Amino acid sequence: MANFYNDNPALKLHLNHPMMKKIVELKERNFADAEKFDYAPQNFEDAMDSYDRVLDIVGDICGNVIAVNAEDVDHTGPRVENGHVIYAEGTKKNLDACRKAGLMGMAMPRRLGGLNFPITPYIMAADIVSRADAGFENLWGLQDCAETIYEFADDAQKEKYIPRVCAGETMSMDLTEPDAGSDLQSVMLKASQKEDGSWVLNGVKRFITNGDSDIHLVLARSEEGTKDGRGLSMFIYDKRNGGVTVRRIENKMGIKGSPTCELVYKDAPAELVGSRRLGLIKYVMALMNGARLGIAAQSVGISEAAYREALAYAKDRKQFGKAIIEFPAVAEILSNMKAKLDASRTLLYACSRFVDMYKVYDDISKERKLEVEEKKEAKYYSRLADAFTPLAKGMTSEFCNQNAYDCIQIHGGSGFMKDYACERIYRDARITSIYEGTTQLQVVAAIRHVTTGTYLDWIREQESRQVAAEDEAIKSMLVFMTQQYAAAVEKVMGIDNPAYHDFMARRLVEMAGYCVMGYLLLDDAQRDAEVRRSLNVFVKYGQAEVAKHADFIENFIPEQMSNYTYEA
Amino acid sequence: MSLNIIVLAKQVPDTRNVGKDAMKADGTINRAALPAIFNPEDLNALEQALKLKEMYPGTKVTLLTMGPARAAEIVREGLYRGADGGVVLSDRAFAGSDTLATSYALSAAVRKLGDYDLIIGGRQAIDGDTAQVGPQIAEKLHLPQVTYAEEIIDVKDGKVIVKRRLEGGVETVKAPLPLVVTVNGSADECRPRNARNVQKYKYAAVPSEVAADEAKKAFIEKRPYLSIGEWNAETVEADLAQCGLAGSPTKVKSIENVVFTAKDARRVENNDEELENLIVELIANHTIG
Repeated sequence: MANFYNDNPALKLHLNHPMMKKIVELKERNFADAEKFDYAPQNFEDAMDSYDRVLDIVGDICGNVIAVNAEDVDHTGPRVENGHVIYAEGTKKNLDACRKAGLMGMAMPRRLGGLNFPITPYIMAADIVSRADAGFENLWGLQDCAETIYEFADDAQKEKYIPRVCAGETMSMDLTEPDAGSDLQSVMLKASQKEDGSWVLNGVKRFITNGDSDIHLVLARSEEGTKDGRGLSMFIYDKRNGGVTVRRIENKMGIKGSPTCELVYKDAPAELVGSRRLGLIKYVMALMNGARLGIAAQSVGISEAAYREALAYAKDRKQFGKAIIEFPAVAEILSNMKAKLDASRTLLYACSRFVDMYKVYDDISKERKLEVEEKKEAKYYSRLADAFTPLAKGMTSEFCNQNAYDCIQIHGGSGFMKDYACERIYRDARITSIYEGTTQLQVVAAIRHVTTGTYLDWIREQESRQVAAEDEAIKSMLVFMTQQYAAAVEKVMGIDNPAYHDFMARRLVEMAGYCVMGYLLLDDAQRDAEVRRSLNVFVKYGQAEVAKHADFIENFIPEQMSNYTYEA
Repeated sequence: MSLNIIVLAKQVPDTRNVGKDAMKADGTINRAALPAIFNPEDLNALEQALKLKEMYPGTKVTLLTMGPARAAEIVREGLYRGADGGVVLSDRAFAGSDTLATSYALSAAVRKLGDYDLIIGGRQAIDGDTAQVGPQIAEKLHLPQVTYAEEIIDVKDGKVIVKRRLEGGVETVKAPLPLVVTVNGSADECRPRNARNVQKYKYAAVPSEVAADEAKKAFIEKRPYLSIGEWNAETVEADLAQCGLAGSPTKVKSIENVVFTAKDARRVENNDEELENLIVELIANHTIG
């Protein structure tokens, strides 16, 4: 009886982070629900115990149902019949298990049928699900969309749709179109208002994950004659009303269990969410931030699977009379994989705690006016969440790809065959650095926190913290890496050339990432000695990467950029 | 239509993962070395009950288990998955029961529970593998029984339609309520624990579990749904002569520890020559051919 939660002590380390006390107390409004709901916690310890028990259920389902079905789902995949998607048998079983276990709408408030979990334990569930089957995480994780309804829709819509999500209906976010991928301003799907004030949608969407879901969030052009993002609004389409059909599903390289649909809207009735014209500039931005955190969790889960597969194989496989794990070249790959995994995970949960803090204050501010101190804190965490989300999405997805690559490498020739899970992991990993904004777009979002100093301010706070004597040496390496990072930022920004800034942005964001993750691991090591090995390996690795970028920046003159440009 | 269903469940040592220290020197089970689990086929039985609860809203599923107070864990497990309540039948007088004494005690408890339409249990428990308790309860209560059930398909007009898994095929039978059904391991697996139920019922307990903790006692008193019944021989009006060792005609003569004695493994390379040699050898010693 495998349990993907209990077999992984790293999860408990992050779940029990000291910041959780404040998050839980705010989220539970000092446990006001305890008298109203028989499943609400009485106090902090009770809440943490509940998270632990529910994650135990997630670990059980993942180990004994979802992971078991993963290979078969990957091979058969979903299909389209009469304009609708039919999931693979395994996918149906997975969904059934998640519904029966009540794992839908986990972060929604109890009065709407949810479990009122903070983002952190919810993201942990996403991490665990992704290790079992990254493709299934897409279907399960789209419950995220309920968050957007909760934040921006009116009360009637919340009461209509959120309980349905909590009861197990699936969601999708219909954003992308053939000519609007990264550039969502070009969305053309037409929303027209009828005389009675109701809306209908007409047009085509493409690459829509779980596009035949029960409840869709749709980005559409409500303002005729507009061309940019300011003419776009957000709508809810309810599958019960009909009007949307699936024309085809894509034949993808990975995450094959998750249907990626082309949708045709024909006078599909829809409800406007929030205000007109705010569809892209406000709601989709919020939706995407949630989704990016979800992809970071997916990346960490895939990294975990990759590491475990590689480790097991390296222990089992014998060459030249001994297990290959005893060969230094193999052991080094594994050590780096583990370090990248642990670094990814600590960044993921740091980010999810920041998101928790700012979201909970945002929610409280709808009930009452925040105190001055609270406002200050809300602003502080909002800025950190904004800075850490693209960093986490970018770094964890790249590390996930590297780990998937190394997992195959450890398997050698066998890894290239279809016989081992590593080839599926490799294919599933590939999308993480592409969807919900490519790594290149994460850099665009993160770079302003390089230039405005969000990362550096946060790092300085960490520098002032005491660490165990045995970690002093590693800390001084981090201090040195930070100096190199700060110097590189100063050098790049000192040259007044936006194209040059863009050219160096990736390097600067990565340098920030290595420093941030190093400090997070350092902090983890103060609470758990097991982390120390990964801390040392990661900082060693990060130090070399930072030095490499510093060297590139130092020895590069803007004129050389002409060697890196193309004409269309 | 709603049903009253009693699910018979047993806490058993997990004999599926037996290590070296699973048996004591005297040949009895070393319970400390084996985790206590919900007997697997009783979980299959619980799933059948929960499916009926879905089909017929208002249906009440009650777990009945016999064992020490810690067997309350079995009832909690059931509550987490969707059962409505449960009773632990616990008394020193029941210690050492064989299947006859067990079915006597359980049938007394079923009588005490009273209002029931269906009694569903697993075919057998993994610690004894007798498959006798379910049928014996049916006999003692003078109820019809359907054994080896794989699926309870429907309940209609006082009749239950059950698919049975038999050697070499399946059989669909119809039987009148009230009825005892024992369920095969080939039936649907039990659904997972439910997140809401786990949070709701995690403090459910039998009185003796919380006897020493006033705060917990008061907490449960305020929430009757957290109270798991704890009955003894007196509660179920059992005749002590038919309970425990006194009521058990089965006598254990001896217990043997069977150790498989495998010879050394031999490695055969994956090439034509070695494989041919192996085949010739296996034919020569009559393993094949």
